[in-house]
Order: sequence, then C-alpha cells, then structure tokens
Amino acid sequence: MLTIELEKKSVAYRKKILYYIKKANAGHTGGSLSCIDILNVLYNNVLNVNPENINSPDRDRYVQSKGHSVEALYVVLADKGFFPVSDLETLCQYKSHYVGHPTRKVNGIEQNTGGLGHGLAISAGMAMSAKMDNKDYRVFTLLGDGELAEGSNWEAAMLISHYKLDNLTAIIDRNTLQITDRTSNVLSNEPLAEKFAAFGWAVKEVDGHDFAVLSTILNKGAFEKGKPNLVIANTTKGKGISYMEDVLKWHHGVPSDEQYELALKELAEKELLLEIK
Amino acid sequence: MEQGIPNLVAFAETMEALAAKDKNILAVTSDSRGSGKLVNFGKLYPKQIVEVGIAEQNLVGMSAGLASTGKKVFAVSPSCFLTARSLEQIKNDVCYSDNPVNLIGISAGVSYGALGSTHHSLHDIAVLRAINNIHIIVPADNFETREAIQLAAQVDKPVFIRFGKRPMYHLHNSNTKFELGKGITLKNGNDLAFIATGETVYHAYKASEQLEKEGIKCTVVSMHSIKPFDEQLLLEVADRCQSMITVEEHCINGGLGELCASILMQYGKKLAFKIVGIPDEYTVTGSQVDIFNHYGISEEGLYKVGKTLVEENISV
Ligand SMILES: Cc1ncc(C[n+]2csc(CCOP(=O)(O)OP(=O)(O)O)c2C)c(N)n1
Ligand SMILES: [Mg+2]
Repeated sequence: MLTIELEKKSVAYRKKILYYIKKANAGHTGGSLSCIDILNVLYNNVLNVNPENINSPDRDRYVQSKGHSVEALYVVLADKGFFPVSDLETLCQYKSHYVGHPTRKVNGIEQNTGGLGHGLAISAGMAMSAKMDNKDYRVFTLLGDGELAEGSNWEAAMLISHYKLDNLTAIIDRNTLQITDRTSNVLSNEPLAEKFAAFGWAVKEVDGHDFAVLSTILNKGAFEKGKPNLVIANTTKGKGISYMEDVLKWHHGVPSDEQYELALKELAEKELLLEIK
Repeated sequence: MEQGIPNLVAFAETMEALAAKDKNILAVTSDSRGSGKLVNFGKLYPKQIVEVGIAEQNLVGMSAGLASTGKKVFAVSPSCFLTARSLEQIKNDVCYSDNPVNLIGISAGVSYGALGSTHHSLHDIAVLRAINNIHIIVPADNFETREAIQLAAQVDKPVFIRFGKRPMYHLHNSNTKFELGKGITLKNGNDLAFIATGETVYHAYKASEQLEKEGIKCTVVSMHSIKPFDEQLLLEVADRCQSMITVEEHCINGGLGELCASILMQYGKKLAFKIVGIPDEYTVTGSQVDIFNHYGISEEGLYKVGKTLVEENISV
C-alpha cells in the first residue's frame, strides 16, 4: 500500500479508536494512538495474515505484548475483515468478547495478553517452532517501553538470540511515557539500543510514525542473518490529537464530549490535507 | 446505610497518617502509585515512597530486603500481578524467610471488570492460603480497611490485604472492634447465615434485609480475616442457624467457601450449605457489577439463593 493510502487509513483508524473508547467510556487512549501507525503498516504492508489464512500454519504471527492498546488492534482487525466493525459497538459490555485486552475469542487475535512482559517469550516459542519445521513465517511482537522493566523480557531476549531466531522482530513503542511518569524517571532503560545489541540483537531505530521507513524496515527480513531483530520505534503517546500528544494523563484518559469534538475536528482537518496532497 | 469512600482511598489516607508518625513506613510501587491513590502520599513523603517500575517480582523481592532491615514496607500493586507474577518471591523471600512485608493487593477480585481475566485476581486467596506464614485480610468497608492497614503496620509478620476500588457502604458503628482472626457479626438471626468477605458483605447484608421482610431471620458475618480464621465463630453460627451461604469475590476453588466447608465437615456439622463466588469457568465478561450480577453475588442473587436454600431445607 502506498504511503498516502496508509496515511489516510491512520486518520480513519484514529477516529475509530476515539469513537470506541468514548463509547465504552474506557480504554488506553495514549498508547493506542502511539502504536496505530505501526499496526497500520504491519497489517496493510507486512504481515502475511488475513481472514482467509488465519488458520494456516504458515501465516505470519503478530503478538501484542502491550495488550492494553487493544483498541488499536481491534480497529485494524475490523478494517482487514476479521470481524464486522459493528461488533466493536459492544466493546467492554456484558458478555462481549471485545474486552479491554486482546483475547483469542476475537478472530485474528493470536494470543491473550494484558499482563505486561509476556509477548516476547510467546513469540520466541512461535519463532522457534518455525525454525524446527523449516517454515518461513515471521513473528512480530509489540512492546511498550515501560513494559521493558519486566525481567521476563530480558530472559526472553537472551533466549531468542541464543537460539538465533532471526525470524522474530520485536518492535518497541518507545513513546517515553508510562502511567506514573516518563519512563526515564520511573525506571530508566537507556541506553536501550546498546542493551539489546549487547544481548545479541540486530537493532534499528526509526521514527514510529514514518510509514515509508516502517514499511521498508519491517519487510526487510532479518537485519543480520542469525540475529533477532529489534525495531526501536520512536513515537509520541497520544499522537495525532494535539492536546493528547506527550501528555501523561491520556494513558487511560477518556475524552469529554468537548474534547472528543475537538479531536474529531483535528482529524477532519488532517483528512482534508491528505485529500489535496 | 451510608456510603463511604473506596477502600483504596481509605487505605491511602491511612498510609499518610502512618507515614506522618513513622519514618520507617515505606510504600513501594510498580508504576502503581496512581492506581494505589498514593500520589498525594508521594508528595507529602517523597522519601518514603520507592518506585520500581513495571516489575512486580522485583517489587516483592526488594520489599523483602527492605523489611529485613526493619523498614515497615507496604508493597502496593494490582492484586492480579502481585499475587501471581511474584508468587515465588512471596513464598520464599517474604513468607519462608519471614520478612514482614505487607502485600497490598489493589483492585482485587473482578474490580477491573471489562479489562478481562488478565486483570482479575480470583486466585489470590487460594494461593496464599496454601503458603505458610502470612496473614490474609479482606476488608469489607472503610473501617475494616483502616484497621487492617494499621494492624499490618504493627504486626511483625507478612500480611496480605486485598480490596477493590468502588465506594463502599459503612457497615459498622463506632463500637465495633476489629481483631485479627475474629469475624465481625453484623446481625444474629437463626434461620440463615451469610458468611461473607470483602465487598460482598454489603450485598449479603442487603439480601438479608429482603429475606427478613419475608420472615427469614439472618446472621451476617464479615469474615475479614481469612488467615488466621475464626473457626469458633463459624462453628457457633453453624450450631444455631439452619442454613449457611458463603459469599466471596474469588474463585470458589480454594476460597472462603471451601475453607468453611472443610471446617464444618471436620467438626461434623450438618446444615444446608451453599458457596457463592466465581465458578471455575471462563469468567463472563463485563463490568464488576455485570460479573457480580451474572454469578449471583448481588442483593437479588443472594436473596434468591437464600430463599431457595431455606425453603428446601424446611421441605426436607
Ligand atoms: C504485569 C503488569 N503490570 C502492570 C500492568 C498495568 N499497566 C498497564 S499499562 C501500564 C503502563 C505501560 O507503559 P508502557 O509499556 O510504556 O506502554 P504505553 O506507554 O505504550 O502505553 C501498566 C503499568 C500490567 N498490565 N501488567
Ligand atoms: Mg510507553
């Protein structure tokens, strides 16, 4: 898909994310907006996965380790036809499968996540199985930067490089914020690139809102043969809505009616700009 | 009944009062300062709060180390993560090594509602019951919460306290006494007993009011202390009531209900008995209220179970 099409899709996705969060009166707004461009590129330009092949053992796998940004995943999966978008009207309601974290009850979702620090190890197992069976599917996982404090990530990071799982790509949504504060104040994980490199990973740092760069890098295959791939995606939490960008409280803030209108207005303006581009 | 504040807030206020008097009081958090309502605590006592990042195992391990040096540590994290992810640290570093850490499981049970099962703690009472050397307290209202936190600051033993985040109703008057290992009897009727714990006590109380309108006299006990447990009170209630219902915001496996059943059985007590809690199944989705209503942990649900149990018991 062309960059301009991806750009338009992201505006539409952002509208939907806000609509469903507003409707459910709950959700992880900031982190969904920071990773939506990454999910957009993954599902529209990278992953070999669609409603037809979702049960194929050869499909690519995507595991969302930062499960709380589930609204972004729902919106993209609905757009790709994994389920009718109208299903999302039931988000967080009684007996709805669309809960506040990913579950396999929803078509297209590979693994149940929500407790942080699980996705990397699960992905390791999937990638190892591909190597065992000589399959060429790839495995992608998305982590939060605050999430990296969980020790399980570093156990998995060692395991993955030890077994040379170069068919695995971990993407870090490095929006530099978590719930309490900036990640550097809560528990610093810098120098991040050097740490992963020291753990045996091939590391690339990119702008996590640059569609062209993300498309290129995620389609590349292994950055270095025999090494797992780490993409540090520098992002802005709350991206796309001026008053949410890089503001801590939007981690799980729900916009008021007025704020919601303002957000829609900003997105409409962006849409217009893209039309004339 | 008058509405109070969330137990979570009662906890945070008590922490502030304790910290004001004792520099050894520490709150340790895992990106959970906001969820634990400890932002103000952090402003008032910045030297008495330690942030470890999103790392619950580290939270408990380093809390054990701090406690070993005489600090009065409150490790505060959502109960789901605190008691599952850090279980080995709790078992070895806190309980087995006897480091008196106070584990505060916030937003326990199904408080997180529609966030789903990753965020529910329906196992915490069961797993900690199976670990030696830890007190388990599940307070029902603001009074019990404050008392439990104050008690935890005093006892030189590991303590686990879990509660939710919804505003709770006041169940007690100013004469009520709170003691570790002692349930609190809210009323004393002899037809049907509700033995409840935590936020469910309120619902049992409301159900008892409905049942009493139909002439069914009820006992309601807040069994806040799961370990040590008030066997004596349970047996005394079993002797004078024909029927008993236990109520908990927890999986029915290994919780309050099974604990009561095992005691009653071993003492040869025979009475109509029913366990109300979350069954061992894929938990229904929805808000805490939805989940409570679905499984009958509600005024209406408990009223119905109570009525049926009493009627069946009479007809036998
Ligand atoms: C094991 C675990 N501990 C705590 C939480 C609660 N929690 C949910 S999101 C979050 C902050 C995540 O920050 P980050 O990883 O930076 O994500 P993002 O900024 O992308 O939202 C926390 C602490 C959790 N879901 N799982
Ligand atoms: Mg972050």
